[in-house]
Amino acid sequence: MHLEGHALSPDYERHVGRKRLFLLGMAGACLLMMVFSVSRGAVSIPVADVVSTLLGGGEAKWRIIVLNIRLPQTLAALLAGAGLSLAGTVMQSVLRNPLGSPFTLGLSNAAAFGAAFSIIVMGTGSMQSSAVNAVTIVNPWLTTGAAFLASLLCMGVVLAISSVTRGMPDGMILSGVALSSLFTAGTMFLQYFADDSQIAATVFWTFGDVSRASWRDIPLMGGLLTGAFILFFLRRFDLNAIDCGDETALSLGVSASRVRMEAMVVTSLLSAVMVALLGVIGFVGLVCPHMLRRFLGSDHRFLIPGSVLMGGLLLLAADTGARLAFAPRTLPVSVFTAFLGAPVFLALIARRRRT
Amino acid sequence: MILSVNGISFAYRGVPVLEDVTFSLAEGEMAALLGPNGTGKTTLLRAINGILRPAGGTVLMESRDAHACSPRERAKFFGYVPQRGEPVRLTVFDAVLLGRRPHLGWAVERRDLEKVESALENLSLERFALRYLDELSGGEFQKVLLARALVQEPRVLLLDEPTSSLDLKNQLDMLATLRKVVKGHGVAALLSLHDLNTAFRYADRLLFLKDGCIRGMFLPSEVPGEIIAEVYGVPVDIVRHKGVPLVVPS
Repeated sequence: MHLEGHALSPDYERHVGRKRLFLLGMAGACLLMMVFSVSRGAVSIPVADVVSTLLGGGEAKWRIIVLNIRLPQTLAALLAGAGLSLAGTVMQSVLRNPLGSPFTLGLSNAAAFGAAFSIIVMGTGSMQSSAVNAVTIVNPWLTTGAAFLASLLCMGVVLAISSVTRGMPDGMILSGVALSSLFTAGTMFLQYFADDSQIAATVFWTFGDVSRASWRDIPLMGGLLTGAFILFFLRRFDLNAIDCGDETALSLGVSASRVRMEAMVVTSLLSAVMVALLGVIGFVGLVCPHMLRRFLGSDHRFLIPGSVLMGGLLLLAADTGARLAFAPRTLPVSVFTAFLGAPVFLALIARRRRT
Repeated sequence: MILSVNGISFAYRGVPVLEDVTFSLAEGEMAALLGPNGTGKTTLLRAINGILRPAGGTVLMESRDAHACSPRERAKFFGYVPQRGEPVRLTVFDAVLLGRRPHLGWAVERRDLEKVESALENLSLERFALRYLDELSGGEFQKVLLARALVQEPRVLLLDEPTSSLDLKNQLDMLATLRKVVKGHGVAALLSLHDLNTAFRYADRLLFLKDGCIRGMFLPSEVPGEIIAEVYGVPVDIVRHKGVPLVVPS
């Protein structure tokens, strides 16, 4: 059977154009926010000097601050926000659950447990002084690996329970809550037997904070985010099909269970790495997809790039705010994201109740 | 034959739903699948296009074994219209565009968009193109599901009660469109229906299913009243109105 070609109405192209413009606007906002974030802190650097330093020039005194301190932190905020938001968007789609995110499904606390296990039991990290930056993760690969394995274990249990309850949203979220507290208890149990410096390292570790990122972490975060982004962008139509139900997805040639499994493994890896390197940062993965759907609908052709931009922008803005709000003291960004995320989460629950 | 179903069977948790179902469809044929609720019509449609894997028997897509083909190959051959769909927040245009998924390479091409536009026009859905699915009425939504199956450009259309949410005029329009597609493009269609009179009017052949078994296959003009009584458990008279058989409960 062949449908004849038909002249396109300009309406659809306008509709797509508006969404592209929105993405472009967010990309621009990310860039501006990046420059602003680098320029502000304990020492204010004029924007012109920031731009010239980022472009390779600039004075030596600015170069040290910009390139060694501010830029890695800014990039880490962008990458972690983008990664968590992408993970949340994909999880909400493949789990067909608006409350899916690395944090609500217990992945973050599981990763925290894995990292604590690695720090305390395997001795891969410690803390030298009381400053936040003194937390040293001696072996980031092992810590990240332990965090990843723990979050994969958590995801496996959530998926197993969801298959028993036939994918009921409430069942999945409740198992996430249960696992979250189980892993938190596990972390406390480990801390009980740890020495002071190990406890301090795990406690500071759980405050999600992008300032602990260094250049060493950026390639891992960036590489993983790029890989996940490419994969999910290629899967954009498959994700749309899965949104329409497994039956429809299968009839369109999309093997829903395979895509779901692949997506859960990749999003677990992505969130586990972000959490393993920076600590627990909640709500970005939950809130960004919902804010975006208001503007872009549920079309993953736009949601996938949009979630990366929005997540990056949001976490970067939150981190900048956390640094400036009580200057010269700086707050961990996770405190700020929780202030933002919790009310949105509550509003979501209230809206679900009404409908 | 464009579709040959040979002795397929299926069981849900040990309870047999389909037993040794055999029939075939020719190009340009529109067949109605009839039977009471819970008799296995939906299961049969799903077992044919591979959403469910039959326990036994084969489904041939022309000469190829459907279950040896990739999901994508099957999706190019079978278009499926489910009884219900999820009203996700996609525009009508984008939801229909999803039907091009089995044919897409890296990106959507202009040709794909043009086919969507053409399908929307065929089903009088143009003015809803940029509406979101969750803002549509049940009937409009059902037409979107058919439009999606049409842009798949399948050889065989499988439709699960495609007219259940439609008013009289939309029912007639949809079935007429479907018939036009089937006759004009050498496609075959198998649709489950509840309304016997609609089936008599639009189908080339009627398949009666009861308790997972085919009880008979008839041309509309040759359906005996006894088979309807046997399958539905209701005695009926078949009268003729302007040459078309009409089923009336006795």
